[in-house]
Amino acid sequence: MAKRDRMSGNEAVAYAIKQINPDVMPAFPITPSTEIPQMVSTFIANGEIDTEFIPVESEHSSMSAAIGSEAAGARTLTATSSCGLAFMWEELLVAASNRMPIALALVNRTLSGPININCDHSDSMGARDTGWIQIYAESNQEAYDNFIQAYPIAEDPRVHLPIMICQDGFITSHAVMNIELLEDKEVKDFVGTYQPEEFLLNPGKPMAVGPYSVSNYAMEARYNQEAAMEASKDVIIEVAKKYKELSGRGFELFEEYRTEDADYIMLIIGSAAGTAKQAVDDLRDKGIKAGVLKLRVFRPFPADEIAAALSNCKAVAIMDRTESYNGHGGPLASEVTAGLYRNKVMIDTMCYTYGLAGRDFTVDTVYGIFDELKDIVENGAEYKQHRYVGLRSK
Amino acid sequence: MNGNSIEIRWHGRGGQGAKTAALLLADVCFKTGAYVQGFPEYGPERMGAPITAFNRISDKEIRVHSNIYNPDLVVVVDESLLGAVDVTSGLKENGAVIVNTDKDAASIAGKLNGYTGKVYTVDARKISVAALGKYFPNSPMLAAAVAVSGVMDKDQFINEMRSSYEHKFAKKPEVIEGNMKALTDTFAALEAYL
Repeated sequence: MAKRDRMSGNEAVAYAIKQINPDVMPAFPITPSTEIPQMVSTFIANGEIDTEFIPVESEHSSMSAAIGSEAAGARTLTATSSCGLAFMWEELLVAASNRMPIALALVNRTLSGPININCDHSDSMGARDTGWIQIYAESNQEAYDNFIQAYPIAEDPRVHLPIMICQDGFITSHAVMNIELLEDKEVKDFVGTYQPEEFLLNPGKPMAVGPYSVSNYAMEARYNQEAAMEASKDVIIEVAKKYKELSGRGFELFEEYRTEDADYIMLIIGSAAGTAKQAVDDLRDKGIKAGVLKLRVFRPFPADEIAAALSNCKAVAIMDRTESYNGHGGPLASEVTAGLYRNKVMIDTMCYTYGLAGRDFTVDTVYGIFDELKDIVENGAEYKQHRYVGLRSK
Repeated sequence: MNGNSIEIRWHGRGGQGAKTAALLLADVCFKTGAYVQGFPEYGPERMGAPITAFNRISDKEIRVHSNIYNPDLVVVVDESLLGAVDVTSGLKENGAVIVNTDKDAASIAGKLNGYTGKVYTVDARKISVAALGKYFPNSPMLAAAVAVSGVMDKDQFINEMRSSYEHKFAKKPEVIEGNMKALTDTFAALEAYL
Protein backbone atom coordinates (compact mmCIF):
# COMPACT_ATOMS: atom_id res chain seq x y z
CA MET A 1 0.00 0.00 0.00
CA ALA A 2 1.35 3.39 -0.96
CA LYS A 3 1.96 5.81 1.86
CA ARG A 4 1.33 9.53 1.38
CA ASP A 5 3.95 11.76 2.89
CA ARG A 6 5.81 15.04 2.36
CA MET A 7 9.55 15.19 2.00
CA SER A 8 12.38 17.10 0.41
CA GLY A 9 14.18 15.47 -2.52
CA ASN A 10 17.17 14.64 -0.33
CA GLU A 11 14.90 13.04 2.27
CA ALA A 12 13.17 11.07 -0.50
CA VAL A 13 16.46 9.64 -1.80
CA ALA A 14 17.73 8.89 1.72
CA TYR A 15 14.42 7.10 2.37
CA ALA A 16 14.82 5.05 -0.83
CA ILE A 17 18.35 4.12 0.28
CA LYS A 18 16.98 3.05 3.66
CA GLN A 19 14.40 0.84 1.97
CA ILE A 20 17.04 -0.67 -0.33
CA ASN A 21 19.49 -1.19 2.57
CA PRO A 22 22.62 -1.41 0.39
CA ASP A 23 25.73 -3.20 1.64
CA VAL A 24 28.19 -0.31 1.56
CA MET A 25 28.05 3.50 1.36
CA PRO A 26 31.33 5.41 1.22
CA ALA A 27 30.67 9.18 1.13
CA PHE A 28 32.15 12.61 1.56
CA PRO A 29 29.82 15.58 2.19
CA ILE A 30 29.24 18.44 -0.26
CA THR A 31 26.34 20.90 -0.58
CA PRO A 32 23.56 20.31 -1.62
CA SER A 33 23.84 16.49 -1.34
CA THR A 34 25.26 16.45 2.22
CA GLU A 35 21.92 15.59 3.79
CA ILE A 36 21.81 12.22 2.00
CA PRO A 37 24.86 10.61 3.69
CA GLN A 38 23.92 12.48 6.86
CA MET A 39 20.45 10.92 6.95
CA VAL A 40 21.67 7.47 5.90
CA SER A 41 24.33 7.46 8.62
CA THR A 42 21.57 8.33 11.11
CA PHE A 43 19.51 5.34 9.90
CA ILE A 44 22.61 3.18 10.42
CA ALA A 45 23.34 4.64 13.87
CA ASN A 46 19.72 3.97 14.87
CA GLY A 47 20.04 0.35 13.76
CA GLU A 48 17.35 0.76 11.08
CA ILE A 49 19.65 -0.57 8.35
CA ASP A 50 22.93 -2.47 8.40
CA THR A 51 24.76 -0.69 5.58
CA GLU A 52 28.51 -0.32 6.16
CA PHE A 53 29.18 3.43 6.07
CA ILE A 54 32.72 4.46 5.14
CA PRO A 55 33.57 8.08 5.96
CA VAL A 56 36.35 8.98 3.52
CA GLU A 57 38.59 12.03 3.12
CA SER A 58 37.54 13.03 -0.40
CA GLU A 59 35.26 12.18 -3.31
CA HIS A 60 38.15 10.58 -5.17
CA SER A 61 38.30 8.21 -2.23
CA SER A 62 34.53 7.71 -1.97
CA MET A 63 34.37 6.53 -5.58
CA SER A 64 37.56 4.46 -5.14
CA ALA A 65 36.06 2.79 -2.08
CA ALA A 66 32.83 2.22 -3.98
CA ILE A 67 34.75 0.50 -6.78
CA GLY A 68 36.62 -1.71 -4.29
CA SER A 69 33.49 -2.67 -2.45
CA GLU A 70 31.47 -3.32 -5.61
CA ALA A 71 34.35 -5.45 -6.98
CA ALA A 72 34.23 -7.46 -3.78
CA GLY A 73 30.61 -8.27 -4.54
CA ALA A 74 28.83 -5.75 -2.30
CA ARG A 75 25.91 -3.57 -3.45
CA THR A 76 27.36 -0.07 -3.14
CA LEU A 77 26.29 3.55 -3.54
CA THR A 78 27.41 7.06 -2.78
CA ALA A 79 26.15 10.62 -3.13
CA THR A 80 27.75 13.84 -4.30
CA SER A 81 27.38 17.16 -6.13
CA SER A 82 29.36 19.58 -8.28
CA CYS A 83 33.09 19.66 -7.51
CA GLY A 84 32.68 16.38 -5.64
CA LEU A 85 31.74 14.72 -8.92
CA ALA A 86 34.60 16.49 -10.67
CA PHE A 87 37.01 15.15 -8.08
CA MET A 88 35.68 11.62 -8.75
CA TRP A 89 36.35 11.99 -12.46
CA GLU A 90 39.15 9.47 -12.92
CA GLU A 91 37.30 6.94 -10.80
CA LEU A 92 34.00 7.42 -12.64
CA LEU A 93 35.71 6.03 -15.73
CA VAL A 94 37.27 3.19 -13.74
CA ALA A 95 33.87 2.26 -12.29
CA ALA A 96 32.26 2.17 -15.72
CA SER A 97 35.05 0.36 -17.56
CA ASN A 98 35.20 -2.29 -14.84
CA ARG A 99 31.43 -2.68 -15.27
CA MET A 100 30.58 -1.89 -11.65
CA PRO A 101 26.83 -1.38 -11.10
CA ILE A 102 27.37 1.33 -8.48
CA ALA A 103 24.51 3.77 -7.84
CA LEU A 104 25.29 7.46 -7.36
CA ALA A 105 22.78 9.93 -5.95
CA LEU A 106 23.80 13.10 -7.75
CA VAL A 107 22.29 16.35 -6.54
CA ASN A 108 23.03 18.67 -9.45
CA ARG A 109 25.00 21.79 -8.59
CA THR A 110 27.04 24.06 -10.79
CA LEU A 111 30.78 23.61 -11.14
CA SER A 112 33.05 26.51 -10.21
CA GLY A 113 33.36 29.30 -11.01
CA PRO A 114 32.34 31.81 -10.01
CA ILE A 115 31.94 29.62 -6.96
CA ASN A 116 28.24 29.07 -6.37
CA ILE A 117 26.21 26.39 -4.61
CA ASN A 118 23.07 26.43 -6.74
CA CYS A 119 21.68 24.21 -9.45
CA ASP A 120 22.70 23.68 -12.99
CA HIS A 121 23.68 20.53 -14.85
CA SER A 122 27.35 21.30 -15.49
CA ASP A 123 28.47 18.56 -13.09
CA SER A 124 26.59 15.60 -14.56
CA MET A 125 26.69 16.90 -18.14
CA GLY A 126 30.44 17.22 -17.83
CA ALA A 127 30.51 13.54 -16.88
CA ARG A 128 28.29 12.51 -19.79
CA ASP A 129 31.02 10.57 -21.56
CA THR A 130 32.31 8.64 -18.55
CA GLY A 131 30.17 5.59 -19.33
CA TRP A 132 27.56 6.05 -16.62
CA ILE A 133 23.83 5.72 -17.16
CA GLN A 134 22.20 9.04 -16.31
CA ILE A 135 18.57 9.44 -15.24
CA TYR A 136 17.11 12.84 -14.28
CA ALA A 137 14.14 13.73 -12.06
CA GLU A 138 11.56 16.50 -12.28
CA SER A 139 10.49 16.22 -8.63
CA ASN A 140 11.21 14.63 -5.25
CA GLN A 141 8.78 11.87 -6.29
CA GLU A 142 10.75 11.06 -9.42
CA ALA A 143 14.08 11.18 -7.56
CA TYR A 144 12.63 8.53 -5.24
CA ASP A 145 11.10 6.45 -8.03
CA ASN A 146 14.26 6.60 -10.15
CA PHE A 147 16.47 5.58 -7.27
CA ILE A 148 14.42 2.45 -6.61
CA GLN A 149 14.79 1.51 -10.28
CA ALA A 150 18.57 2.12 -10.24
CA TYR A 151 19.87 -1.30 -9.17
CA PRO A 152 17.47 -3.42 -11.26
CA ILE A 153 18.79 -1.49 -14.28
CA ALA A 154 22.49 -1.32 -13.37
CA GLU A 155 22.83 -4.90 -12.09
CA ASP A 156 21.02 -6.51 -15.03
CA PRO A 157 23.52 -8.93 -16.68
CA ARG A 158 22.86 -7.20 -20.02
CA VAL A 159 23.97 -3.88 -18.53
CA HIS A 160 26.44 -4.06 -15.65
CA LEU A 161 27.12 -0.35 -15.68
CA PRO A 162 27.14 2.32 -12.99
CA ILE A 163 24.12 4.59 -12.75
CA MET A 164 23.72 8.23 -11.79
CA ILE A 165 20.32 9.27 -10.43
CA CYS A 166 20.21 13.05 -10.76
CA GLN A 167 17.96 15.68 -9.18
CA ASP A 168 18.18 19.46 -9.15
CA GLY A 169 20.11 20.89 -6.22
CA PHE A 170 17.95 22.94 -3.82
CA ILE A 171 15.10 23.19 -6.35
CA THR A 172 14.00 19.64 -5.56
CA SER A 173 16.63 18.51 -3.04
CA HIS A 174 15.59 21.12 -0.46
CA ALA A 175 11.94 21.69 -1.38
CA VAL A 176 9.37 19.88 0.73
CA MET A 177 6.58 18.50 -1.43
CA ASN A 178 4.01 15.72 -1.41
CA ILE A 179 5.25 12.23 -2.19
CA GLU A 180 3.92 8.67 -2.37
CA LEU A 181 6.18 6.06 -0.84
CA LEU A 182 6.20 2.31 -1.31
CA GLU A 183 6.27 -0.14 1.57
CA ASP A 184 9.72 -1.37 2.64
CA LYS A 185 8.92 -4.94 1.58
CA GLU A 186 7.70 -3.84 -1.84
CA VAL A 187 11.01 -2.04 -2.42
CA LYS A 188 13.09 -4.95 -1.13
CA ASP A 189 11.25 -7.41 -3.37
CA PHE A 190 11.53 -5.09 -6.37
CA VAL A 191 15.23 -4.45 -5.94
CA GLY A 192 16.01 -8.06 -4.95
CA THR A 193 19.27 -9.45 -3.60
CA TYR A 194 22.49 -8.62 -5.41
CA GLN A 195 23.97 -11.75 -6.89
CA PRO A 196 27.04 -10.80 -8.93
CA GLU A 197 28.19 -13.47 -11.37
CA GLU A 198 31.84 -12.76 -10.57
CA PHE A 199 33.36 -10.97 -7.63
CA LEU A 200 36.72 -10.65 -5.86
CA LEU A 201 35.72 -12.33 -2.60
CA ASN A 202 34.79 -15.55 -4.36
CA PRO A 203 37.47 -18.09 -3.41
CA GLY A 204 36.10 -20.66 -5.87
CA LYS A 205 36.64 -18.36 -8.85
CA PRO A 206 39.67 -16.09 -8.61
CA MET A 207 39.64 -13.01 -10.82
CA ALA A 208 41.49 -9.75 -11.43
CA VAL A 209 39.78 -6.36 -11.52
CA GLY A 210 41.25 -3.41 -13.35
CA PRO A 211 44.52 -4.90 -14.65
CA TYR A 212 46.52 -3.30 -17.48
CA SER A 213 45.00 -4.11 -20.84
CA VAL A 214 47.21 -4.22 -23.91
CA SER A 215 46.09 -2.62 -27.15
CA ASN A 216 45.16 -6.02 -28.52
CA TYR A 217 42.26 -6.19 -26.04
CA ALA A 218 41.50 -2.72 -24.64
CA MET A 219 39.44 -1.56 -27.60
CA GLU A 220 37.12 -4.57 -27.31
CA ALA A 221 36.54 -3.67 -23.66
CA ARG A 222 35.43 -0.18 -24.75
CA TYR A 223 33.23 -1.63 -27.47
CA ASN A 224 31.56 -3.90 -24.95
CA GLN A 225 30.89 -0.90 -22.71
CA GLU A 226 29.21 0.89 -25.59
CA ALA A 227 27.18 -2.24 -26.44
CA ALA A 228 26.06 -2.51 -22.80
CA MET A 229 25.01 1.15 -22.80
CA GLU A 230 22.93 0.54 -25.92
CA ALA A 231 21.40 -2.59 -24.36
CA SER A 232 20.51 -0.65 -21.22
CA LYS A 233 17.80 1.22 -23.13
CA ASP A 234 15.56 -1.87 -23.27
CA VAL A 235 16.35 -2.73 -19.67
CA ILE A 236 15.43 0.80 -18.49
CA ILE A 237 12.06 0.44 -20.25
CA GLU A 238 11.48 -3.09 -18.87
CA VAL A 239 12.28 -1.99 -15.32
CA ALA A 240 9.99 1.04 -15.71
CA LYS A 241 7.12 -1.24 -16.79
CA LYS A 242 7.58 -3.45 -13.74
CA TYR A 243 7.82 -0.36 -11.56
CA LYS A 244 4.52 0.88 -12.94
CA GLU A 245 2.85 -2.41 -11.98
CA LEU A 246 4.12 -1.87 -8.45
CA SER A 247 3.63 1.87 -8.02
CA GLY A 248 1.15 2.94 -10.67
CA ARG A 249 3.66 5.54 -11.84
CA GLY A 250 4.88 5.03 -15.38
CA PHE A 251 8.23 6.07 -16.83
CA GLU A 252 9.84 5.95 -20.25
CA LEU A 253 13.08 7.26 -21.73
CA PHE A 254 11.30 10.59 -21.92
CA GLU A 255 7.87 11.97 -21.13
CA GLU A 256 5.76 13.57 -23.83
CA TYR A 257 3.43 16.19 -22.40
CA ARG A 258 0.72 17.49 -24.77
CA THR A 259 3.02 16.87 -27.75
CA GLU A 260 0.63 14.76 -29.80
CA ASP A 261 -0.67 17.65 -31.95
CA ALA A 262 1.92 20.21 -30.87
CA ASP A 263 3.35 22.73 -33.34
CA TYR A 264 6.00 23.83 -30.82
CA ILE A 265 7.84 21.64 -28.34
CA MET A 266 10.23 22.48 -25.53
CA LEU A 267 12.78 19.73 -24.87
CA ILE A 268 14.01 20.02 -21.32
CA ILE A 269 15.51 18.08 -18.41
CA GLY A 270 14.78 18.10 -14.69
CA SER A 271 12.68 20.32 -12.42
CA ALA A 272 12.28 23.02 -15.08
CA ALA A 273 10.06 20.57 -17.02
CA GLY A 274 7.36 21.04 -14.36
CA THR A 275 7.45 24.80 -14.84
CA ALA A 276 7.33 24.30 -18.62
CA LYS A 277 4.26 22.02 -18.32
CA GLN A 278 2.39 24.71 -16.39
CA ALA A 279 3.29 27.28 -19.06
CA VAL A 280 2.16 24.88 -21.80
CA ASP A 281 -1.24 24.47 -20.12
CA ASP A 282 -1.59 28.27 -20.02
CA LEU A 283 -0.59 28.59 -23.71
CA ARG A 284 -2.97 25.81 -24.73
CA ASP A 285 -5.78 27.82 -23.09
CA LYS A 286 -4.87 30.61 -25.51
CA GLY A 287 -4.98 28.24 -28.46
CA ILE A 288 -1.23 27.83 -28.93
CA LYS A 289 -0.34 24.22 -29.64
CA ALA A 290 2.64 23.86 -27.31
CA GLY A 291 4.10 20.74 -25.69
CA VAL A 292 6.98 19.54 -23.55
CA LEU A 293 9.34 16.66 -24.15
CA LYS A 294 10.95 15.95 -20.78
CA LEU A 295 14.09 13.92 -21.21
CA ARG A 296 14.47 11.45 -18.35
CA VAL A 297 17.32 9.31 -19.65
CA PHE A 298 20.30 11.22 -21.07
CA ARG A 299 22.66 8.21 -21.10
CA PRO A 300 21.97 6.11 -23.09
CA PHE A 301 20.86 8.92 -25.38
CA PRO A 302 17.56 8.14 -27.16
CA ALA A 303 18.41 10.08 -30.33
CA ASP A 304 16.16 8.15 -32.73
CA GLU A 305 13.23 8.07 -30.32
CA ILE A 306 13.50 11.84 -29.78
CA ALA A 307 13.69 12.48 -33.52
CA ALA A 308 10.54 10.40 -34.04
CA ALA A 309 8.75 12.24 -31.23
CA LEU A 310 9.63 15.63 -32.74
CA SER A 311 8.98 14.67 -36.35
CA ASN A 312 5.49 16.19 -36.51
CA CYS A 313 6.13 19.51 -34.82
CA LYS A 314 7.23 22.69 -36.55
CA ALA A 315 9.91 23.93 -34.16
CA VAL A 316 11.67 22.76 -31.03
CA ALA A 317 13.39 24.69 -28.24
CA ILE A 318 16.26 22.62 -26.85
CA MET A 319 17.05 23.69 -23.31
CA ASP A 320 20.52 23.29 -21.80
CA ARG A 321 21.17 24.00 -18.14
CA THR A 322 24.90 24.00 -18.81
CA GLU A 323 27.34 25.54 -21.26
CA SER A 324 29.73 23.79 -23.63
CA TYR A 325 31.69 26.95 -24.51
CA ASN A 326 31.73 25.87 -28.12
CA GLY A 327 29.76 28.77 -29.60
CA HIS A 328 26.72 26.79 -30.70
CA GLY A 329 24.89 25.33 -27.74
CA GLY A 330 25.11 22.88 -24.87
CA PRO A 331 25.35 19.08 -24.95
CA LEU A 332 21.62 18.54 -25.30
CA ALA A 333 21.49 20.97 -28.24
CA SER A 334 24.37 19.20 -30.00
CA GLU A 335 23.04 15.70 -29.48
CA VAL A 336 19.41 16.43 -30.28
CA THR A 337 20.22 18.33 -33.48
CA ALA A 338 22.57 15.52 -34.57
CA GLY A 339 19.79 13.01 -33.93
CA LEU A 340 17.29 15.09 -35.92
CA TYR A 341 19.66 15.44 -38.86
CA ARG A 342 20.51 11.74 -38.99
CA ASN A 343 16.82 10.90 -38.93
CA LYS A 344 16.16 13.56 -41.60
CA VAL A 345 13.74 15.47 -39.36
CA MET A 346 14.34 18.98 -40.68
CA ILE A 347 12.36 21.12 -38.27
CA ASP A 348 13.43 24.50 -36.88
CA THR A 349 15.59 24.21 -33.79
CA MET A 350 16.52 26.82 -31.24
CA CYS A 351 19.12 26.11 -28.56
CA TYR A 352 18.66 27.97 -25.30
CA THR A 353 20.97 28.15 -22.30
CA TYR A 354 19.03 28.76 -19.09
CA GLY A 355 19.23 28.48 -15.33
CA LEU A 356 23.00 28.54 -14.88
CA ALA A 357 24.23 28.64 -11.28
CA GLY A 358 20.71 28.74 -9.90
CA ARG A 359 19.26 31.46 -12.17
CA ASP A 360 15.51 31.06 -11.75
CA PHE A 361 13.50 29.59 -14.62
CA THR A 362 9.92 30.88 -14.72
CA VAL A 363 6.70 30.31 -16.64
CA ASP A 364 7.20 33.79 -18.15
CA THR A 365 10.53 32.66 -19.59
CA VAL A 366 8.77 29.68 -21.16
CA TYR A 367 6.07 31.92 -22.71
CA GLY A 368 8.84 34.04 -24.27
CA ILE A 369 10.54 31.02 -25.79
CA PHE A 370 7.33 29.70 -27.34
CA ASP A 371 6.69 33.22 -28.72
CA GLU A 372 10.06 33.06 -30.49
CA LEU A 373 9.34 29.61 -31.95
CA LYS A 374 5.99 30.86 -33.23
CA ASP A 375 7.63 33.97 -34.68
CA ILE A 376 10.16 31.83 -36.55
CA VAL A 377 7.53 29.49 -38.00
CA GLU A 378 4.79 32.00 -38.75
CA ASN A 379 6.80 35.08 -39.71
CA GLY A 380 10.07 33.59 -40.83
CA ALA A 381 11.82 35.59 -38.10
CA GLU A 382 15.52 34.92 -37.74
CA TYR A 383 17.11 34.57 -34.33
CA LYS A 384 20.61 33.57 -33.34
CA GLN A 385 20.24 29.83 -32.97
CA HIS A 386 22.04 29.65 -29.64
CA ARG A 387 20.62 32.10 -27.14
CA TYR A 388 20.63 32.75 -23.43
CA VAL A 389 17.38 33.28 -21.54
CA GLY A 390 17.01 34.85 -18.11
CA LEU A 391 20.07 37.09 -18.29
CA ARG A 392 20.01 40.38 -16.33
CA SER A 393 18.98 43.13 -18.68
CA LYS A 394 21.62 45.67 -19.59
CA MET B 1 -1.51 28.29 -10.48
CA ASN B 2 -4.71 26.34 -11.02
CA GLY B 3 -7.64 25.67 -8.74
CA ASN B 4 -7.65 26.99 -5.20
CA SER B 5 -4.07 27.92 -4.58
CA ILE B 6 -2.13 30.38 -2.55
CA GLU B 7 1.43 31.58 -2.97
CA ILE B 8 3.32 32.98 0.01
CA ARG B 9 6.70 34.68 0.14
CA TRP B 10 8.66 34.98 3.36
CA HIS B 11 11.30 37.65 3.99
CA GLY B 12 13.56 37.26 6.97
CA ARG B 13 17.15 37.39 8.07
CA GLY B 14 19.40 34.34 8.32
CA GLY B 15 18.91 32.68 11.70
CA GLN B 16 15.37 33.95 12.39
CA GLY B 17 13.63 30.80 11.22
CA ALA B 18 11.82 32.08 8.11
CA LYS B 19 12.87 28.94 6.23
CA THR B 20 11.74 26.74 9.12
CA ALA B 21 8.42 28.58 9.22
CA ALA B 22 7.90 27.95 5.49
CA LEU B 23 8.71 24.25 5.91
CA LEU B 24 6.41 24.00 8.96
CA LEU B 25 3.60 25.66 7.01
CA ALA B 26 4.05 23.13 4.20
CA ASP B 27 4.06 20.38 6.78
CA VAL B 28 0.91 21.47 8.56
CA CYS B 29 -0.99 22.15 5.30
CA PHE B 30 0.00 18.70 4.02
CA LYS B 31 -1.95 17.25 6.92
CA THR B 32 -5.13 18.88 5.64
CA GLY B 33 -4.72 16.91 2.41
CA ALA B 34 -3.39 19.83 0.36
CA TYR B 35 -0.63 19.77 -2.20
CA VAL B 36 2.25 21.71 -0.72
CA GLN B 37 5.60 23.16 -1.60
CA GLY B 38 7.95 24.82 0.89
CA PHE B 39 11.44 25.90 -0.09
CA PRO B 40 14.10 28.47 0.70
CA GLU B 41 16.18 30.49 -1.71
CA TYR B 42 19.79 29.87 -0.85
CA GLY B 43 22.47 32.45 -1.20
CA PRO B 44 25.69 32.73 0.76
CA GLU B 45 24.12 31.87 4.10
CA ARG B 46 25.08 34.19 6.91
CA MET B 47 23.41 35.09 10.16
CA GLY B 48 21.51 38.31 9.57
CA ALA B 49 21.65 38.35 5.77
CA PRO B 50 18.28 38.83 4.02
CA ILE B 51 16.77 35.46 3.04
CA THR B 52 13.64 34.46 1.19
CA ALA B 53 11.48 31.37 1.51
CA PHE B 54 8.37 30.32 -0.37
CA ASN B 55 5.16 28.32 -0.07
CA ARG B 56 2.71 27.12 -2.64
CA ILE B 57 -0.42 25.50 -1.20
CA SER B 58 -2.98 24.11 -3.62
CA ASP B 59 -5.79 21.62 -4.09
CA LYS B 60 -4.07 20.57 -7.35
CA GLU B 61 -0.69 19.00 -7.96
CA ILE B 62 2.07 21.63 -7.94
CA ARG B 63 4.50 21.48 -10.86
CA VAL B 64 6.07 24.94 -10.97
CA HIS B 65 9.55 24.98 -9.43
CA SER B 66 10.39 28.67 -9.72
CA ASN B 67 10.48 31.32 -7.03
CA ILE B 68 7.28 33.30 -6.42
CA TYR B 69 7.03 36.74 -8.04
CA ASN B 70 3.32 37.51 -7.61
CA PRO B 71 2.48 36.25 -4.16
CA ASP B 72 -0.93 36.37 -2.52
CA LEU B 73 0.70 36.92 0.85
CA VAL B 74 4.05 38.30 2.00
CA VAL B 75 5.34 37.70 5.53
CA VAL B 76 8.09 40.02 6.75
CA VAL B 77 9.81 38.42 9.73
CA ASP B 78 12.17 41.34 10.31
CA GLU B 79 11.00 44.95 10.18
CA SER B 80 14.51 46.23 9.39
CA LEU B 81 14.16 44.67 5.91
CA LEU B 82 11.64 47.38 4.97
CA GLY B 83 13.59 49.80 2.84
CA ALA B 84 16.44 47.32 2.29
CA VAL B 85 14.32 44.81 0.35
CA ASP B 86 11.27 45.56 -1.82
CA VAL B 87 9.13 43.13 0.15
CA THR B 88 5.87 43.96 -1.64
CA SER B 89 7.35 43.51 -5.13
CA GLY B 90 4.71 41.80 -7.28
CA LEU B 91 2.37 41.33 -4.30
CA LYS B 92 -1.23 41.15 -5.50
CA GLU B 93 -3.28 44.20 -4.61
CA ASN B 94 -6.04 41.91 -3.33
CA GLY B 95 -3.43 40.06 -1.26
CA ALA B 96 -1.86 41.07 2.02
CA VAL B 97 1.40 41.71 3.80
CA ILE B 98 2.13 40.88 7.44
CA VAL B 99 4.99 42.71 9.14
CA ASN B 100 6.61 41.83 12.45
CA THR B 101 6.72 45.17 14.27
CA ASP B 102 5.50 46.92 17.42
CA LYS B 103 3.92 49.63 15.24
CA ASP B 104 0.38 49.61 13.88
CA ALA B 105 -0.54 48.86 10.28
CA ALA B 106 -1.18 52.51 9.41
CA SER B 107 2.37 53.56 10.31
CA ILE B 108 3.91 50.65 8.38
CA ALA B 109 1.78 51.14 5.25
CA GLY B 110 3.86 54.16 4.19
CA LYS B 111 7.04 52.08 4.11
CA LEU B 112 5.77 49.54 1.59
CA ASN B 113 6.65 51.23 -1.71
CA GLY B 114 3.11 52.34 -2.38
CA TYR B 115 1.44 49.00 -1.74
CA THR B 116 -2.26 49.68 -1.35
CA GLY B 117 -3.50 46.21 -0.33
CA LYS B 118 -4.11 44.96 3.18
CA VAL B 119 -1.39 45.43 5.79
CA TYR B 120 -1.29 43.53 9.07
CA THR B 121 1.21 43.91 11.88
CA VAL B 122 2.19 41.44 14.57
CA ASP B 123 4.45 42.21 17.52
CA ALA B 124 6.23 38.87 17.36
CA ARG B 125 8.93 40.01 19.76
CA LYS B 126 6.44 40.87 22.48
CA ILE B 127 4.47 37.66 21.92
CA SER B 128 7.58 35.46 21.81
CA VAL B 129 9.25 37.00 24.85
CA ALA B 130 6.03 36.70 26.85
CA ALA B 131 5.45 33.08 25.80
CA LEU B 132 8.98 31.70 25.55
CA GLY B 133 11.14 34.16 27.45
CA LYS B 134 13.21 34.59 24.28
CA TYR B 135 12.84 36.13 20.86
CA PHE B 136 11.96 33.50 18.24
CA PRO B 137 9.75 35.27 15.70
CA ASN B 138 8.92 32.28 13.53
CA SER B 139 6.11 30.72 15.59
CA PRO B 140 4.12 33.96 15.83
CA MET B 141 4.71 34.73 12.15
CA LEU B 142 3.64 31.21 11.15
CA ALA B 143 0.42 31.63 13.13
CA ALA B 144 -0.09 35.05 11.54
CA ALA B 145 0.38 33.59 8.05
CA VAL B 146 -2.28 30.95 8.75
CA ALA B 147 -4.66 33.45 10.39
CA VAL B 148 -4.44 35.98 7.54
CA SER B 149 -4.37 33.50 4.64
CA GLY B 150 -7.04 31.19 6.04
CA VAL B 151 -5.25 28.20 4.47
CA MET B 152 -6.63 26.12 7.29
CA ASP B 153 -8.96 26.24 10.24
CA LYS B 154 -7.49 27.64 13.47
CA ASP B 155 -8.33 24.64 15.66
CA GLN B 156 -6.95 22.19 13.15
CA PHE B 157 -3.78 24.29 12.84
CA ILE B 158 -3.32 24.40 16.63
CA ASN B 159 -3.83 20.64 16.96
CA GLU B 160 -1.48 19.79 14.11
CA MET B 161 1.18 22.20 15.39
CA ARG B 162 1.10 20.56 18.79
CA SER B 163 1.99 17.22 17.25
CA SER B 164 4.61 18.87 15.00
CA TYR B 165 6.26 20.52 18.02
CA GLU B 166 6.08 17.30 20.03
CA HIS B 167 8.01 15.65 17.21
CA LYS B 168 10.40 18.54 16.54
CA PHE B 169 11.14 19.24 20.20
CA ALA B 170 11.15 15.63 21.44
CA LYS B 171 14.42 16.36 23.24
CA LYS B 172 13.37 19.83 24.45
CA PRO B 173 9.75 19.28 25.62
CA GLU B 174 9.99 22.33 27.89
CA VAL B 175 9.64 24.68 24.89
CA ILE B 176 6.44 23.09 23.51
CA GLU B 177 3.93 24.94 25.72
CA GLY B 178 5.67 28.28 25.12
CA ASN B 179 5.50 27.81 21.36
CA MET B 180 1.84 26.79 21.57
CA LYS B 181 1.13 29.92 23.61
CA ALA B 182 2.94 32.02 20.98
CA LEU B 183 0.61 30.60 18.32
CA THR B 184 -2.63 31.16 20.22
CA ASP B 185 -1.56 34.63 21.43
CA THR B 186 -0.87 35.63 17.82
CA PHE B 187 -4.33 34.51 16.72
CA ALA B 188 -5.79 36.49 19.63
CA ALA B 189 -3.78 39.60 18.74
CA LEU B 190 -4.90 39.49 15.10
CA GLU B 191 -8.53 38.58 15.74
CA ALA B 192 -9.79 42.17 15.87
CA TYR B 193 -8.27 42.95 12.43
CA LEU B 194 -9.36 39.90 10.40
